[in-house]
Order: sequence, then structure tokens, then C-alpha cells
Amino acid sequence: MTDASIPSASVPDGAPSGRSSSLLTLDGRVRRRNAAERRFRMYGIGAVAIGLIFLALLLVAIVRNGGPAFTQTFITVPIELVEAKLDKTGNRDLDEIKKVSTFGYKPLVVDGLSVLLTRNGIDNVLTKRKDIAKLISASAVGQIRDHVVANPDQIGQTVEFRLLASSRVDGYFKGRVSRESLARDKNLDAAHLDIADALMARGALDRAFNWNFILGADASESRPEQAGIGVSMLGSFFMMLVVLALALPIGVATSIYLEEFAPQNRWTDLIEVNISNLAAVPSIVFGILGLAVFIQFAELPQSAPLVGGLVLTLMTLPTIIISTRASLKAVPPSIRDAALGVGASKMQSVFHHVLPLAMPGILTGTIIGLAQALGETAPLLLIGMVGYIASNPPDGIASGFLDPNSAMPAQIYEWAKRADPAYYERAWGGIIILLLFLMSMNIIAILLRRRFERRW
Amino acid sequence: MSTMKLTVSLLALTAVSATSAAARDQVQVAGSSTVLPYASIVAEAFGENFDFPTPVVESGGSSAGLKRFCEGVGENTIDVANSSRRIREKEVKACADAGVSDIIEVRIGYDGIVFASQLDGPAYDAFVPAEIYQALSATVPVDGEMVANPYTQWSEINGDLPGEDILAFIPGTKHGTREVFEEKVLLQGCEDTGALKVMLDGGMDEKAAEKACMAVRTDNRSIDIDGDYTETLARIDSNSNGIGVFGLAFYENNTDTLKVATMGGVEPTTETIAAGDYPVSRPLYFYVKKAHIGVIPGVKEFAEFFVSDDIAGPDGPLAEYGLVSDPDLADTQSMVADENTIQTSM
Repeated sequence: MTDASIPSASVPDGAPSGRSSSLLTLDGRVRRRNAAERRFRMYGIGAVAIGLIFLALLLVAIVRNGGPAFTQTFITVPIELVEAKLDKTGNRDLDEIKKVSTFGYKPLVVDGLSVLLTRNGIDNVLTKRKDIAKLISASAVGQIRDHVVANPDQIGQTVEFRLLASSRVDGYFKGRVSRESLARDKNLDAAHLDIADALMARGALDRAFNWNFILGADASESRPEQAGIGVSMLGSFFMMLVVLALALPIGVATSIYLEEFAPQNRWTDLIEVNISNLAAVPSIVFGILGLAVFIQFAELPQSAPLVGGLVLTLMTLPTIIISTRASLKAVPPSIRDAALGVGASKMQSVFHHVLPLAMPGILTGTIIGLAQALGETAPLLLIGMVGYIASNPPDGIASGFLDPNSAMPAQIYEWAKRADPAYYERAWGGIIILLLFLMSMNIIAILLRRRFERRW
Repeated sequence: MSTMKLTVSLLALTAVSATSAAARDQVQVAGSSTVLPYASIVAEAFGENFDFPTPVVESGGSSAGLKRFCEGVGENTIDVANSSRRIREKEVKACADAGVSDIIEVRIGYDGIVFASQLDGPAYDAFVPAEIYQALSATVPVDGEMVANPYTQWSEINGDLPGEDILAFIPGTKHGTREVFEEKVLLQGCEDTGALKVMLDGGMDEKAAEKACMAVRTDNRSIDIDGDYTETLARIDSNSNGIGVFGLAFYENNTDTLKVATMGGVEPTTETIAAGDYPVSRPLYFYVKKAHIGVIPGVKEFAEFFVSDDIAGPDGPLAEYGLVSDPDLADTQSMVADENTIQTSM
């Protein structure tokens, strides 16, 4: 408002009409204008700074809370695979070996840990000898059983296993659990931590990068140390395949027709308005639509990435259509005219000339739409993709589309809900992985635009 | 163009196979978020020990789970519904109407409902149901008259309680926990304070009086939490004067931030609940569709595994996590083995 034209009548008295002072000397009004500009710049810098501070806070919080999820504490334990317990008949019949459930393996773990303690000269200070097994994840017995089933010839030998430490021991080395916080905890005692410290000092316990977190499957509430995001990553991947395979061709075909061929009339106007409206529809609406149409009416399987992909396709379509139409519009009419002028048909002009020139814009829009779909949680809640999901990764492509699975953001939501605080760290770690995916997709989109965009 | 055609036909193929030949080979479970951790522990161990794939367990609340359970019979419906309360007659009927007539009811054990608050917050250490009723009910008796709840601080109800504003986070109505809270705490408190008698004497019929007992105040001092216990925990974290209603297992996993109050002088532990001393406990159930046994592989094996001594017994992983194991587990086991269904006469 300061530079609005000032009528000469309101010029302060004493000021002569017309300019008498030099351009180089600043009079009061110019100074005020300059000051206003400086102030505005400061506001701008302030706004940017606030934004950057929030971004920095967010990143620091994410990395601090989620970073620990990428390492895990392991204990290397020599386990004697006692023949009398695992294969009573001694004939190495696989069916009989399988009959020994994981509960039958628990004594072996207790014995193995006792051997480990004696070997390292550590006293078992626990009141109950069996309690020593609380150092180790509940997943250990499953791991040993799987090994025995795969290698029945090793029964009777002593095998070194690298077992996950239990989540509270792991939390102790990550600073999440302290001796004080264990005082009222029935899952672990301070005495366990003394043993863990001694094992750490002697090298039997170590903290290493946790590939299982990135590649592994989800786990139940009682063993957060075993949980990984890998299977839900596959779920997200199959959903994105569905979205790409459906949304891209449908979206591009719609845009080309609307932009290049459709007559301008009420119907096309109506369709255009609706597409713009659809882009603003909250995603949960698509979720409930998906539940009604795909699951209850079409009877597609619950929790399947195929259904998730279909729902996300609906959500992504408007984004792709709008960006495709914008990039088709950006191709100058002279290109079309020239093509038509040398005798190309309308379709030839579109497919040979306009579409290739609009391609970078279309791809950018598609990638942004996919990134949006990748991070979407709300519609997945309604089609049953949130919940504890099997530890089995999909075997084969059909099962990848049809077997129940989760998706990365749904998995993060699920972890954040669970009782054990160790899952909280997992949720933050999942966010890091999800953000890495989103960031790399956005970078690809930017690179494509930089590399191929043409200006006229 | 030929690759294009190939993709299109491939897509069409998957779509067709999706609708027709999606033979489900894993057990699907849904329902109570209280039972979810137990069910997921069992599902995981089931996957490890059997050649069946690991069952899929979803949460969503007891009522939502039973509703999905009663949608009908077939691969597209769930096989097992978890519930933190017993199935209602109305639901059995809805099930039967949809063709789900044979339901096996399995009791897995008991769960305690505890009142917990911030570890270093006000000294909410001991309650009796009457105090909770007076703090949270919509109407309370004052001098023999039912009036809208006038209490704003705990100390107004009982001088021994801390002088803090009343604020409680209780499970929302879609949770099975709510029903237990209403019956074992509010209704009990209603009787103990004599409010029930006042209402009956005032000419209300018994059903209406009980309903009035269980109505909670609506002036934002009692807040319904429709989400999971983690949401209640977050509310407690940000409101030092709040108390929250949790499952025992959840509390036991978060002893570093929460402290628990005794109810009627009894501290909630697996032992006091198993002995029946702690008053606010309830059985947990899951329901199995008999029609799916033999159709979906592993349904019966899963149910039997769930109640086996190794899993649900006093030394099993469920008890370790916080479930109070059922002294009559052997009866449940034989009932599952015989596939005894709920009698429709109930």
C-alpha cells in the first residue's frame, strides 16, 4: 500500500510541486518506501527461516528416534542340538523332527546360554536359572527349529547361532531402557543387564546393522526386535505396479481425448469440473468406495495389494489427468498446425508430435501422483490393509497381488499403535525408509523435468 | 504394440483369476484390539510350527469384528472373530440370518482392566467402584435425589483422593472393554452408593435405572477413546491429572511411564485376577465359523493351538504377555476338539 499513487493534493505542505531535490538524496517518502521494502524482505527471510527450523526439527526428531531401528543387538550362543530331545527315534525322519514344536527348543536355549556364561566366566546371578532365556528374543526358538528342519544332519552337534537379543536388552544398549525403568518391569531384571554388560565386554554380544529391519517381515507384539518392513515394502511395490499400469494409460488417454479431440460443450465442461473436484476429494472417501465396490460388490479378496492398488488408482487418476492436460496445453499450437499443414491426420499430429513433447510433464505428474499414493494410509485402513500381517513374503507375482499384505505407511501406523515402546522406534525407522522412497521419487521427477523440459 | 497387448491381456487375466480362483489358504482373524496382541503372538507361533501360512490378524474392535464375522460364509469372510466380551444374542441371530449358524465359542483366558495414571502424576493409588461412579456418572445421588453430576475434583468425592480436576479416558462404545467397565465399575458403584436404590424407589423400572447408572457425564470430564490404548496413553502423557482405562497387558508393557491404582484395595496382577480377588476382569473369547473348518486350511488347527497348554497355559507366551490363563483350559480344549457350537437356545 505504501507505493500507491499519492494524489498531489495530499503532498505535505512546503513541498514544491515538481522535483527540486536530487535523485541521489533521499527524501522522507523514499526512505519510508525503502524501509517498507527492507521490512518485507525480513518478513520473507523470517518465514523461510521458520520453515527451515521446522524442517530441521522434524529431520532431527526422525533421525534421532528412528536411527536406532537400523541397528540391533545380537548374542552369539552355542546351542547343543540334543538328539534325545529333537529326534527321539534317531532315524532323522523329517516328519518326526517337525513334531517337536518351538516350545521343545526352549530348554536348549537355556542350556546354551548357561554354557556361554560359564565359558565367559560370568555368574548367573538370577534367582531362577530359566529366566536367563529372557535375554534372548522369543524368535530364537523358531530360528533354531528352522535350522534343524533344514539341516537334520546337524542334530547331536553344537552349533553357534547368532540370536536376536530381546527388545529390552536391545533397548538398554540404545539408551531406551535403564535399570530404574526395569524396577517395575516383569519382563527383565536389572540383573539381566549386568549379565548383558559382561557379555558385551567379552564380545559375545554385539550391535550390528539390522538388515532384517529393511528386508524382514512384521512380527507379533511380544517380539518387536524381529519386526521388519520388507514385506510391507513389497505390498507397496505391488500396489504401485497396479496404480502405474491402470492410472497412467487411463489418465493419459482421458487427457488426450479431452484436450485434443473432445468438442467444447456442456458435457465436457461437466466432466472437466468433476475431474478437478475429484482431485480435492479426501482419500478416505476413495477407501470407503473401494470397500463397497471392490470388496463387497466385486468380491475381491480383503487386504490384497490388488484392491489397494485399485483404490489408489482412483485417487491418483485426477492428479495424472490434470498434470497431463497441463503439459499438453503447454505444447504450442504451431506444432499441431505445422503437422496438420503437411498433411498429418489429427491422430498423427498428436501421437507423433504433441505427445512426445508433453512426455516429460506427463512423467513428472505421474511420479508425483505415485509418490502421493505411496504415502497414503487412510484408504488402506478401510480395505483391511492395516493389521498384523503374516511373516510370509509373497511367493510369486500372483500371490504378490492377491495375498493379504500391508503397505509401508499402514505398517508404520500399525507399529505406532502397539503397546511395547520398542515398536515406537520401529515406527520412526519405517518413516525414514518411507521418506527415502518419497525423496528419491521426487528427485527423479525433478531430474526428468530438468533434463527433458523444453521451453518455447 | 505387441507388448502393450500382452500387458493388457495379463491384467485381464489377473483380474479374472482374482475373482474366481482366489482360494484362500491362510486363516483370517479380525476383532478386538485387546485380543489382537494375543492372537498375533499365536499366529506367529502357529506359522513357525505348522506348515500352514501364518494367519492374518486384524483389529478394529469386538463389535466390528463380530459384524464382519456375521457377514456370511465363504472365502471372502473372516474365519475367526476375536472378542473381549461374549457374543450377544442379537449378534448370534444376525449371524444365523446371514447363514452363519454354527459358531464355536472359545474362551482363551481372562484380562484385567486397570486404572492407570502418569507415573509421577497425582497420587491416584486406590479407588473403589463407587468413587469412579461418582466421578464419571451423568447423574449422582445427593441427599436422596438424583442430580446432574456436580463433582469437579476427586477430593470432593473422597477427601483421601488428590485435589485434582476429574479427567478420565475411558474406552469408546465400540470396544468390548467399555461393557466391562460399565458393568463391573459403574453399575457396581451405582449399587454401592445407593443410587440404584434411589432410582428404583423413585419409580424407575430396573432396566432404565441400570441404563442411567451406566450413562457417563458429557461435560468433557469423561472422554471416550475410540482408538487403541496407545491413544489413551498419549492422552495420559499430556494430561497429568488424567486417569486412563487400560488392559493389564498394556499396563505391564508400559510400567516405565504408568502407575496403576488398586480397585477396592486389590492390586491388579495376573495372580489376583486368576484368584478372582481383583473385581474388574473379564474373559476374552474368539469365535470360529464351523462351516470354514475343512474349507480354509488350518482353521481348526489354529483354534486348537490357541488354547493348547503350551500357548495359553500359565507358563505360555500369552501368560507372559499379560493374559490371565483360564483354570478350566482343559474343558475349552476338549470343546474345541469336539467342535461344540453355541446352542441357539441361548
